[in-house]
Amino acid sequence: MDAKTLGIALVTGVLFGFGLAMATMVQPEVVLSFLRWEDFGLMLVLGGAAGVTALAYQLGPRLMRAPVTGGVFDRHRSGLNRETLGGAAIFGVGWGICGVCPGPAIAGLGAGNVALLLAVAGIFAGAYLHGWVASRGS
Amino acid sequence: MAAEGFPSGWAHYLTGGVVIGVGVSLAFVTAGLITGMSTVFSSTWSWVSRLDYFQRERMVASRGWRAVLALGLVGGAALYTVGVGDGSALATSVTPWQLAVGGVLIGFGARMSDGCTSGHGICGLASFRLPSLLAVLTFLATAMLSARLVLALGGA
Repeated sequence: MDAKTLGIALVTGVLFGFGLAMATMVQPEVVLSFLRWEDFGLMLVLGGAAGVTALAYQLGPRLMRAPVTGGVFDRHRSGLNRETLGGAAIFGVGWGICGVCPGPAIAGLGAGNVALLLAVAGIFAGAYLHGWVASRGS
Repeated sequence: MAAEGFPSGWAHYLTGGVVIGVGVSLAFVTAGLITGMSTVFSSTWSWVSRLDYFQRERMVASRGWRAVLALGLVGGAALYTVGVGDGSALATSVTPWQLAVGGVLIGFGARMSDGCTSGHGICGLASFRLPSLLAVLTFLATAMLSARLVLALGGA
């Protein structure tokens, strides 16, 4: 892993975390109020982020042969299958229970919300369980 | 903007979303990276677990930058809290059992689906991927149901 990639990941992470904190997505209460149809702000966060990203994802590979620092443009690979949709359904149930998802769970720690360590530990445990099941199937 | 749909205002939501989008775009344009946030919870296990799934090339090859991405996330939120916010630490009224139980389901489900709110919601939608659109609609539906159910059962 070269230093350039790590540096880029760091800058992306900082912007991502800054944006999540600015948009108050690091507060589970705000996410839960969206899921209960009391405040639709989350749609603006998702729309703003996906809109800007769509420009980069669609135009980048058309205008450039390769990423600025070399390598190749990766692609989103999920297929239309039971894992993608069944996993999304389970993920949603958990999201509705606690009001945090992977990004805000990590970023929330930076905003001093140490209670979210419980969620982070839970996500690590759930991801391990998935890896165990997926390894048995292979 | 109608106050009823946005009782806390709307500008900070949209601006925050755009900042996130700039970050995700930067990783793609400069290094070709797709920066969904759930994979770090699997790739990090590859340092300590010998399970086949965690030792796949995709996990081992990306674990370094994914861990740094997660550290950046913490740093970025801290930067906002100290530099723009009032510097006081956030707390939550969501109960410990909700965080723990919700966390396990999020971790299992997001990894099974290979994407979460950022992986499918931001990266997948921006890739114009139908599976991601259906995943987003699915998790929004089940989350809205469980969020109401939790309230009815006396949760926060």
